[in-house]
Amino acid sequence: MRADTENMAPGRAAAYEALRDVARVPGSPKPDPIVIADRVSRQFGGLKAVDVAHVEIQRGSITALIGPNGAGKTTLFNLLTGFDKPDTGEWTLNKKPIAGKAPYRLARMGMVRTFQLTKALSRMTVMDNMLLGANGQSGERVLNALLPFTWRAQERANAERAVELLSRFNLDAKVGDFAGSLSGGQRKLLEMARALMVGPEIVMLDEPMAGVNPALTQSLLGHIKNIREEGTTVLFVEHDMDMVHDISDWVIVMAQGQIIAEGPPDAVMKDPQVIEAYLGSRHGNALTADGASLTADSQGGTT
Amino acid sequence: MLRRVRLALGVLLLTSVAFLVSGGFSPATAADTTITGTLSTPAGLPVTGVVITAIGPDGVSVSGTSDEKGVFVIPLSAGGSYTVELDITTLPEGITLNNEADASRSLLVLGGEKRIIIGLSEGGESGIVAGSSGTGERVVQLFLDGILYGLVIALGAVGLNLVFGTTGLTNFSHGELLTLGAFTALTFNTAGLNIIIAAPIAIIFAALVYGWGQNRILWRPLRRRKTGLIAAMIVSIGLAIFLRYTLVLFFGGAPQSYKQFAGQPGIALGPFNTTPKALILGALAIIALAATVIWLQRSRIGKATRAVSDNPALASATGIDVERVISVVWIIGAGLAAFAGIYLGLTQNTVWNMGQRILLVLFAAVILGGLGTIYGAIVGAMVVGIFIQMTTLFIPTEMKTVGALFLMILILLVRPQGLLGRKERVG
Amino acid sequence: MDFGQIFTLTITQAFGVTALIYLFAAIGLNIQFGYTGLLNFGQVAFVAAGAYAVGVIVLTLDLSLWLSIIVALMASTVLALLLGIPTLRLRADYLAIVTIAASELLRLLVRSIAFKDVFGGAQGLNGKLGQEFHDLNPLPADFTLPILSWSRQDLWVVIVGWSLALLFTLFVWGLVRSPWGRVVKGIREDEDAVVSLGKNVFVYKLQALVIGGGIAAFGGILWAVAKQSVQPDTFQPDFTFFVFTILLLGGAARVFGPIAGTVIFWFLLAGFGEVLSSLINNGYIDFLTATDVGSIRFMLMGLGLMLLMIFRPQGIFGDRRELALDAR
Ligand SMILES: Nc1ncnc2c1ncn2[C@@H]1O[C@H](COP(=O)(O)OP(=O)(O)OP(=O)(O)O)[C@@H](O)[C@H]1O
Ligand SMILES: [Mg+2]
Repeated sequence: MRADTENMAPGRAAAYEALRDVARVPGSPKPDPIVIADRVSRQFGGLKAVDVAHVEIQRGSITALIGPNGAGKTTLFNLLTGFDKPDTGEWTLNKKPIAGKAPYRLARMGMVRTFQLTKALSRMTVMDNMLLGANGQSGERVLNALLPFTWRAQERANAERAVELLSRFNLDAKVGDFAGSLSGGQRKLLEMARALMVGPEIVMLDEPMAGVNPALTQSLLGHIKNIREEGTTVLFVEHDMDMVHDISDWVIVMAQGQIIAEGPPDAVMKDPQVIEAYLGSRHGNALTADGASLTADSQGGTT
Repeated sequence: MLRRVRLALGVLLLTSVAFLVSGGFSPATAADTTITGTLSTPAGLPVTGVVITAIGPDGVSVSGTSDEKGVFVIPLSAGGSYTVELDITTLPEGITLNNEADASRSLLVLGGEKRIIIGLSEGGESGIVAGSSGTGERVVQLFLDGILYGLVIALGAVGLNLVFGTTGLTNFSHGELLTLGAFTALTFNTAGLNIIIAAPIAIIFAALVYGWGQNRILWRPLRRRKTGLIAAMIVSIGLAIFLRYTLVLFFGGAPQSYKQFAGQPGIALGPFNTTPKALILGALAIIALAATVIWLQRSRIGKATRAVSDNPALASATGIDVERVISVVWIIGAGLAAFAGIYLGLTQNTVWNMGQRILLVLFAAVILGGLGTIYGAIVGAMVVGIFIQMTTLFIPTEMKTVGALFLMILILLVRPQGLLGRKERVG
Repeated sequence: MDFGQIFTLTITQAFGVTALIYLFAAIGLNIQFGYTGLLNFGQVAFVAAGAYAVGVIVLTLDLSLWLSIIVALMASTVLALLLGIPTLRLRADYLAIVTIAASELLRLLVRSIAFKDVFGGAQGLNGKLGQEFHDLNPLPADFTLPILSWSRQDLWVVIVGWSLALLFTLFVWGLVRSPWGRVVKGIREDEDAVVSLGKNVFVYKLQALVIGGGIAAFGGILWAVAKQSVQPDTFQPDFTFFVFTILLLGGAARVFGPIAGTVIFWFLLAGFGEVLSSLINNGYIDFLTATDVGSIRFMLMGLGLMLLMIFRPQGIFGDRRELALDAR
């Protein structure tokens, strides 16, 4: 038993242990869930974009949310983080009900997201982007704004933390540049670093690897693993099965708004139902339950 | 016997040549600073013998009387703020003010402002109705007036909405498309063409020059430069201001009427009083709107238009020539707007800021229906038109636009995406 | 033609009372639009709120001018809240339409007969509005300026007005370099991103609207005090658009943008008007009349706004790169 975890990093090992005995069925209960959602649904016209009966996210793990284009992953992110209002549903963060709460409150409570289409604040410097992430700044109150002595010290501490985070993401040389001058991949990195600046308990990344070159992907994967090692839960959307396989402790599969499968990466990728969902619509029944073909095909869908 | 009379009280042109702020230099001579204007009926007949008084900041009042051409001149001794009052008792028999509030207006004659133009005519759709009629009859009257007004709004709103839908431009110079159409018809009309001939020529001219040409010269290059939507919106504001004052420069600030049908006698259809021209124009407007709707639904380019409105990137990826669609949309939008302008010119008069005055009402209609949805715009226009007319049952006519603007704000509160609009997605 | 006179007249206007009114509105708009990105097309309503506060307090209610300053700020705050709470959640283009509609709605209300007793209807409120202020004028009674053509009274207004304007500019400078300023700039760039970082964007927008509106209201107070007259039809939407022109000219989101923009705008406009008028009066131009000068000035303003937005959206001093980064 110890054998399979002994050369793992402690965070990974803990997640592995915790999830080992979890049932591999949609909506299975986790030993220590940070997020629990029930009956979350959202309809656009006649289309049920999200219809999730029950889902739990294990604390301290890296959970991947996968599914074909239009499966409802981004919509589910929007709902959970309060950026969109569901038709039905309740969900909790650390056992506290958070349905209907304003998105900025959820961010402050420790649930921070990034966006599929990167939202770098172009005409602000990389440093300002980072500092914006820091929470509880007294200088952000309009009354203190004109009294620099009330926020100088805090500002300096935040800047130090920002530089430290940026250097982890290889962005420390860009501190003074406008965010708009960064490359697409660098913006993804900046967005992730900025999200971490908030000091989240769970960070939800919507396709963090999209548009990042393969060389950088490896280091990005390293960063995400590091986030877990520091005790932060990661929930991320990704189309590239190799990456999902590489870093996730648990995989949740969505199709047509519903969760159709859950489990460790290996098991999920062999699940015929998952392959069906991914390829079925395109290739009819002509498929073999082969993880490799799944990987090859889904890379095209990374947008 | 109901007889409708309207007084299109002209525009006051206030001129103060070389008027100084004050101090150091010799003040302008009395003759340089004057308030002048022309009083005329909608038919363009001069209104004579009307006494107009200007009361200056020092309380001194100076009067002028309109001559046989309807022109009055009030010499002023200095600049400052003046109250200009029209003595209603001196109005000729049968002529009343459209709007009581217009009897008294204020003007600011100050350094740096060489000329201030203030439209005195509210130019409302319905004039003062002499004689009495019951509330029931009034409701019917206002309702039908509202439908006619709604049709004008719809003609203007469709183009505004199509352009928004396909290009994302919130066009603040759309009102000027109405004005330009009306003045183009006026130009042809003045040149000797009967308005029945001048109007269709003007509409075609407007569609090609103000629609297709404007898009070609201004908006298409801007799209090529990837000008943002907010920047484009501000460009349209600049264009609107430029066009308005160009019209003032060439046509003057006073309202003008077309040579034909200006003073058409009214007819009564049961309880409903109107003019034959309003009915004919209304019928033509319905035909034009119906044709547009059918075109959008049936024709290939119409369908393409809807596809572009839905998702320009996707439409272009599927092989639709987006720029061609936009050109067509501008042609149709400008043509319908010109029609609306001529409609207003025929039932009221043409004046340089007629489009500006209706622009917010057009926006109200479009917002009511939801930006970018064409049927919404037409429905919204009818609702706004009827609403504006009906509210005069309860509030003074001078405030009828207030009701529509208030309604628009209220709707946005409840449904920020408009009544029929769709919500945008995040992330 | 007397170029000396034309020049002094132009300078007088470039730094004069009317320019100051626009300057206050522009400083306020710079916070709202320049830094926060709010497309407030109803700025004129805040100026009107300031001016009418003075008019109503001093003339209608016969109370002190100093009280009216407090009332003006309260009125503009209430207006900002009334306007902001419903509209600040809207998309930028809807916000633009609603704010312009609200400013027109207010103008129609104050000029209506129904409220004539309070707001004076279409004539507005005219009388000794700024007496208490002018009584404090420290300049000697027989004071005249050697070159510039300000009267003793106007000079007093101009001195106080420019001092206040510089003070507000300093205030804005302090605000925008603080963390508060960082948040509002973030909102301008991408609202959702800022929300995702835990900032209550709505409150910041409201604060920006209130602060910017309050500064604009000072323009209205100055108007009432200097011109001793408040009239509804001077508060047309075009006022707001000229403020936008000024701001874009000097450079939005630049601390000194409004000052530079105002002075240049009025210098060009007044200079052009004076030169053209004098050309016409002296018979050099005979195809135009003196009345055309006003129209041509407005035409140029419109054209200027267009060209500015197309070719130099960053203003004349702005750094192109700052704007070229994204497609605004
Ligand atoms: N605001 C909206 N209005 C209408 N339909 C929407 C809206 N947002 C999402 N949808 C629809 O809901 C479905 C789910 O969309 P969503 O963006 O959640 O998919 P996704 O799983 O994130 O896809 P991808 O992998 O391509 O990012 C899609 O069919 C989409 O068209
Ligand atoms: Mg997605």
